[in-house]
Parts: sequence; structure tokens; C-alpha cells
Amino acid sequence: MYGKGIAKGLWVTFRHFVNTYLDDIRYAGRKYLRQDNFEIRQGLKAQGAFTVQYPDEKLAVPERFRFIPFLVVEDPDHPERPNHDWCTSCGICAKVCPPQCIWIVRGSDPATGRPIPEPEAFYIDIDICMNCGYCAEFCPFDAIKMDHDYELASYDRTRHHIHDKQRLSKPLSYWKQIAPTTALEEAIERGGWEHPDIIKVMKKAGKEPVQPTAENMFAKPAALTATVPEPPAAEAAADADPAKAERLRKREEALAGKRAAEGGEAPAAAAPPAASAAPAAESKPAETLAPGGKPKFDKQAMLAKIRERKAK
Amino acid sequence: MTDYPIVEATDIPAAITALKQHYPDAVKEDTRQGYSGVVVDRKRLVEIAKFIRDDLGFDYLSSATAVDYYGIADEMEMVYHAYRTAGGPALVFKAQTPRDNPEIPSLVEIWPGADFQEREAWDLYGIRFPGHPNLKRILLWEGFHGHPMRKDWHEAYYEQDHKPFDSRWPAGHVRRAEELNVYGKNVRYPADIDLSKLSDRSEEALYSDLGLGVSIQELEGDASLKTDRLVVNMGPHHPSTHGVFRMIITLNGETIESLEPVMGYLHRNHEKIGERNTFLHNMPFTDRLDYISSMSNNLGYALAVEQLLAKGARYQPPTYRAEVIRVLMVELTRIVNHYWAIGFLLNDLGAFFTPALYAIAEREKILDFFEATAGSRMMCNYMRFGGVFKDIPERIRSVANLVNDRVRDFNTMEYLTELINERIPRSIDELDEFLTESEIVKSRSIGVGYLPPEMAIAYSAAGPLLRASGVPYDVRRAEPYSIYPELDFDIAVRTHGDIYDRYLIRLDEMRESVRILKQILPRLERTRGEPIFAGSKQHTPRVPLGEAYGRVENPKGELGFYIVSAGDEKGPQNPWRYHVRAPSFINLTALGQMCIGHKVADVVAILGSIDIVLGETDR
Repeated sequence: MYGKGIAKGLWVTFRHFVNTYLDDIRYAGRKYLRQDNFEIRQGLKAQGAFTVQYPDEKLAVPERFRFIPFLVVEDPDHPERPNHDWCTSCGICAKVCPPQCIWIVRGSDPATGRPIPEPEAFYIDIDICMNCGYCAEFCPFDAIKMDHDYELASYDRTRHHIHDKQRLSKPLSYWKQIAPTTALEEAIERGGWEHPDIIKVMKKAGKEPVQPTAENMFAKPAALTATVPEPPAAEAAADADPAKAERLRKREEALAGKRAAEGGEAPAAAAPPAASAAPAAESKPAETLAPGGKPKFDKQAMLAKIRERKAK
Repeated sequence: MTDYPIVEATDIPAAITALKQHYPDAVKEDTRQGYSGVVVDRKRLVEIAKFIRDDLGFDYLSSATAVDYYGIADEMEMVYHAYRTAGGPALVFKAQTPRDNPEIPSLVEIWPGADFQEREAWDLYGIRFPGHPNLKRILLWEGFHGHPMRKDWHEAYYEQDHKPFDSRWPAGHVRRAEELNVYGKNVRYPADIDLSKLSDRSEEALYSDLGLGVSIQELEGDASLKTDRLVVNMGPHHPSTHGVFRMIITLNGETIESLEPVMGYLHRNHEKIGERNTFLHNMPFTDRLDYISSMSNNLGYALAVEQLLAKGARYQPPTYRAEVIRVLMVELTRIVNHYWAIGFLLNDLGAFFTPALYAIAEREKILDFFEATAGSRMMCNYMRFGGVFKDIPERIRSVANLVNDRVRDFNTMEYLTELINERIPRSIDELDEFLTESEIVKSRSIGVGYLPPEMAIAYSAAGPLLRASGVPYDVRRAEPYSIYPELDFDIAVRTHGDIYDRYLIRLDEMRESVRILKQILPRLERTRGEPIFAGSKQHTPRVPLGEAYGRVENPKGELGFYIVSAGDEKGPQNPWRYHVRAPSFINLTALGQMCIGHKVADVVAILGSIDIVLGETDR
């Protein structure tokens, strides 16, 4: 019979139409009074049409959703380094960025001119950013993450679309909030909730960082200075002036020591392969970041310790 | 549905031997490190190509592309990949030509599918093809100065040959590109151009080719009925073109006499960008080719680069779980794409947006999964060399925060199981019930846009377009990759080669995809917790010297990536050549042929049945 196919098709349309209203009735009226109703209507059991009334209501995005990077900084209530950058300005994000939208000015010590592991400036041109997420994926310090805030329209792209360090910085707790599972996975991989460098310092000082769990996610980090020997802690934290002066002095000493030991150091470093391999792998990004950085001045002490252990 | 002989890889050396026996002084093997195939004397290219097609049986020219070896050798090269439609690996042959006067005979008469690809090589590389019937620029405008893919050609925003750019770190003060290149002054003209004489002659060239001027030509026939040949421009801004695409149609009354596609409105020189990029940088750029099916694009590119990496000593192939996830993703992508294609084909037939919206609503469910896994609905950027970005999450969960309040939380495996076993099959059946028997759909599509099988092969058509014409050619079976050999599925084939069959074959393929996905689910369960990455993830892998051609069966057809790594001599981390064999682009070669004799309204439907995406066509 001619027209049967059309009638069949119209029946499908009719079913869609009816189902929409049936579902509206089934799930408590036109609005979803209960959260699970919403979930059902957004899920696989949904029938008919269903609209989320943007912008009155907004569909939350999944954890891995990525839109424009932000920089992780310590929480403002951190006992030792509030608002301190996690970024060490190693430059990997700028290198892996496909459209090259990241500009970093590596921080340097005003007195010595030597690079220090924190960025002086950090820009992302969000008009160029293609939201690929490589910066977050390849950052060895978990210091840059992809944001969930997708409402970035503005009236002036020349001013508002270049995000500087201040605009980019968001506290660690924000990241834990928007991506709890991912943040936990990352922390477990790092070995603690703290910055990888701090964890290293803690371990060196013989203090085990708290094992990350979903429960202690938002717990306030304990102060370290009391338990940790000074130089590395000062290296990692310390914005106050005396600490900075101390740090400069230490660095100068280390450099001098290094220059003095230049000749004899090479064979010594090559001697215990097992010992030197581990820190080399560990501090790979650190090498690119700070030629005069902390791994150097610890070396002699470390070697001495290893020799001691071997002697026993 | 089909059984056909599996051609062994050992066939290629035999073919090369035969070639060398027949043309001892014109064919020599390509002995450069990491290269394969033969180098052919360009003066005898046409007869050798004829031999390859007719005597050796390589009837399908998949890709023809140029490479500029500026600085390595003073030569340009055309690289051809010919396949047998019976299956098996490629016979790669190349023709070299000096850079200062590049000229290679055209192969259009052997493989009409070389038409657009040679025009592209002329456009971007400036290689002339004597014997080509219509050698015009294809992606750029007539009058464009220079050939941008040449290595010594620099774009207006040129900064450096290779990324990463030195200006970004360690002292990277932000500069917006337009500050350096002020609007109005952001185009650089070569010294030998006289701007006052510069004009865009593309339109004149187009119309003069059609044999039409201002003068009215009376047509022969019934003297009482005064008719006239008329040129109609469809597009570029036309809703039926699925983007910005233009067709110049010569009409006799309502009937189409000739149709010429004009493209390039979305051209961004993807390949030049790709050659500035590092290998890894290119991955998210492939998302933007066929943006409906970014997962498949990712896989094609990853396979090509993995082929190159495999030549190195330290290469570790992807783990089994990574392969399972890859197949899961690309098959879901195929379903996504076909929902879209069918929905919009019906739009083109005049069923305005009801079928399209039903299809899109179903597609959303898959995109939700993509978003939770890869982080983005469409620009997935999910595959990596040697694995995938991340394992599929335990839960598809959205998190309420300050800006977003409506949350969802599903167990991923349960979600996938229900999606694959119930939701998708049900919606495919519904589409079937909705459209297949509809008399309107049938009368508009049956017998329209017929493409005979031999012509489909000759025109290098791929994907559903080729298979709807009765050619059972599918890269997943013809040259299997990933874990397809162990999966049980059939190649969907239809034989009528018209719009209706192209619609039906998409339904068939979706059902086959569901069949594959049902086999993937237990594998996912079994490999839960296994690593998704062999070795460690590197952002700057050392890619050994050589060439590779990776191809996958994209939803739209065969997507190929031809990659040349010049290794450490020239930019260690960057592909020397990065070419995309775009199915949407090459499938359009046959559009003109398919439209002749039909009405204007049919053109829209025929174009819709090819299923193009302009992001891929124009690159």
C-alpha cells in the first residue's frame, strides 16, 4: 500500500512526541524535583526530548573536561607557602603546546641572575589555546591543570583574553574540588598531597608524607620547617627576606664548592651506578629548570652517606 | 557477507621484481634509509602506471602526494600509493623532478582519482602535470603568489621553521601575532609583484572553462521552447553544502549538464602547520580535520607515526588494553558519524531536522562517554603514540561546582553495556523504521546519483561511497590494523550505488559496529586494570628516519597519513612531510560525474550522501 512507509515514519514521530510528555509526568512533573530524576532523563533510559534550561541551569561537566589551563598554587591558608606557585618554570608546557600559546619568563635571582624554580611571568593567550590538555598531561609537577569554567566571553579580546599569572592562578583546593578522582590519582602517584619537590625534601629528611586518600583530601598540610633540615626547605619555600638571603648564600657556597670539586667530581659521580641512576631519573625535569638548583649541593653529602652505608 | 582472497605481503616484492624486469632502466628500488617502494623515471611514468594497474592489478590509487626535498636533495617527488581492491599492502612508487622546473606527467587518464590530488600538488607545490585536463589551483585562489607547501615559502605570520618557538621560554614575553603583523599590513608581497596589476582571476578562469561567457547561446532542440544554458552557483554559503563549499552547475533547464566543485574556503594549510609542529603537536590538529569523527583521525595519525617509531630500537607497541580501547572508540565514532550523516542526509532531502535531531540526540549519549573519557566531546585528542591518553574512568561523573549544578553519575561499564546492547541497537532500528520504508525517501533517492563500481574504484572513492557501489573494500579487512583480525564482523556491501544504498549501507555499518562493540565489551572487562601504555609516555619521541603511510577505515572512507621523518638532520622532532589523504576531499572527485543528468534538488542529496566535512576537504 502506498503511503504505508510514511505512516510508519509518522508513528515514530508521534511516539517521540508522546514519550516526551509521558516522561514529564513519570518524573515528577515538568521540572525535576529530585536529582535522580534529572540523572535518569539525562541517561540512557531517557525517552523523548528533554532540555536543560541553560543558563538557568547548567549541566555539570565531567572531571576530565578540559577548557583553558590554570596554574595550581598552594592554598591561601597553607602554613608555610601560601599562594606559592607549583610551577617551577621548567618550560615543558610551553614546548608541548601545539599552538604555542604559553609564554613563560623564568624567574631569576636578582642578585646572581641565576634561574630559580618559579616563574616570574606566565601568559596564556586563550584565543590561541586549542584546549588539547597537553600542558596538564605532561607537566611533571602537576602544576598546570585544565579548568572547567567555560564561560569566558568578554567585550575586549585584546585585554581579557590574555591571561597572566594572576588570572591563571587558582588554589590547589579548587583543583581537588573540580576533579576529586583525578587529583587523588595524581597525589597517589606523587606520594603525597604536597608538591613533588616538597615530598622529596620530606623524604630526604626522613619524614613520610601523609598517604593521600579521599578522606584527607582537604586536610590542612602540616608545617614542615620544624622537622626538616633547613637548606632544602628554604629552597622550596621562603619568600621572606632573611630566608632569601640565606638561600643566596647557600647557593653561592654550593657553586663555589662545585667549581672546586669540578675536576674530581666526575669519576666520583660515576662510581656508584645504582645510587646515581635513581636521583637522575627523579630529577630529570629539575635538570632543565635549574642549572644551579638544589640537586647539586646535596651530591657530596649524599655520596658520603652512600659510601658510609656501603662500608657497613 | 563476502569472502575474498587475502593477498600476502610477499606479493609486493614480486610486483617490484616484475616491474624491474619490464622496465629495467626506468625503475629502481628506493634505497634511502627507511623508504620503500620504487622510484620511477618520470618520463615513462604513464606507461609504467598503466602496467601497474592493468598487469599487476593495483587498480586503486589511494594517495598521490608531493614532497619537497629542499635542502636535502634538489628535488621534488610525487609519491603514489596503489592498492588492489582485493586487499593487501600498497605498491609505493615515486617520480622525482628537479625543483627549479618541476614537471611530472599526469596520471588522470590512468586513475581519474588523481585529478584533485594532482591539482593540489600543483597548487601547493607548483608541480605541473602535463596531460591534466583541468590543472588549476584547487584550495587557493587563482593569482595566489607562490606555492605554500614548498619548504622555502614563508607565511605572513612566519616565526620559525619548527616548533617549539624560541620566543616562548625561558624569556617569553607575550606578543599577539597581530601586534607584529598589523591588520592591513599582515600580508607580505614578494618584490616582483606589481600590486596594481594584481587581480583575482579565478572567476573568469572558472567560467571560461565552462565555455560560457556573457553571450547567450541558444540550444538546439525544440524551436518553440527557448531555452538557454544557465550557470548557477550553489554555495559557498548554502545550507545544503554542510559548510562552505561551492558547486558551479551548468543547467539546461532544470537538468544538470556539468558540475564543478570549488573548495578551499576553509583552507588553513593544515599540512604546513603540521610540518612546523612536532609529531605530538599534530595529534590535536587531526581532531579538526573531520571534526565529527576525531577519534578515528587520531588513530590514523597514531598508526602512521607508530609505523615510523617501530623502525627504532626502543619502540614498544601499544598494549592489548590500549588496542581494545582504541577500537571501542573508533567504532563508537563510526556510529556517531553515521547518525550524523543519516540525519543530515534527510535534511538534504527536505525532512527538515526531525530525523537529524533524533539522530543527534542518540549521538549525545556516546559523546557523553567521550567527554568523560577524553575530556572533550568532539576534539578528543585521545590517542597517543603507543597507547591512549588515559584509561576509561570508573564512573562517568560530573562534579557540581560554582558554575555548574546539574550533575550525573554513572558506572562506566554499566553505561557502556547498556549503550551498546540496548540503546544504540534500539535507535538504529528506530531510524530504520522511521526512514527506510518511507515512500518519499525512496522516490527521492532510489536510482539517483548512481556510481558504477568500476568508476568508484577509478575515482579512488572510499568508504560507504565505494561499498554502496558493490566494491567490498574496507581497510579493516583489506589491510588490517589494531585488533580487527580477531574480531568477527562483515563488510557491509550494497550494489545499487545510489543515494538509497548509501543510506542503507550506513545503517548496515552501524549494525556491524555494534557487533564489534559487543565483542569489545568482554575484552574490556578482561583487561581491566592492565596498562594502557607500553613504556613511558614521551612528549618528544625520537622518530627514526624514513617514510610511513598509515591508513584507517574512517567513517567517511579511507583516511591516510603520509609522514616523512627527516630525522636528526632537519629538525629532529618535526615531520618533514605530513600529508593527509582526506576521504571527503577525494570522494568529491566523483561528484560531478554522479550529478550529470539529475535535477538541482538532487545535487543537494547526492552531496549529502557522500557525507563530506569541509574541515577535512579543505584542510
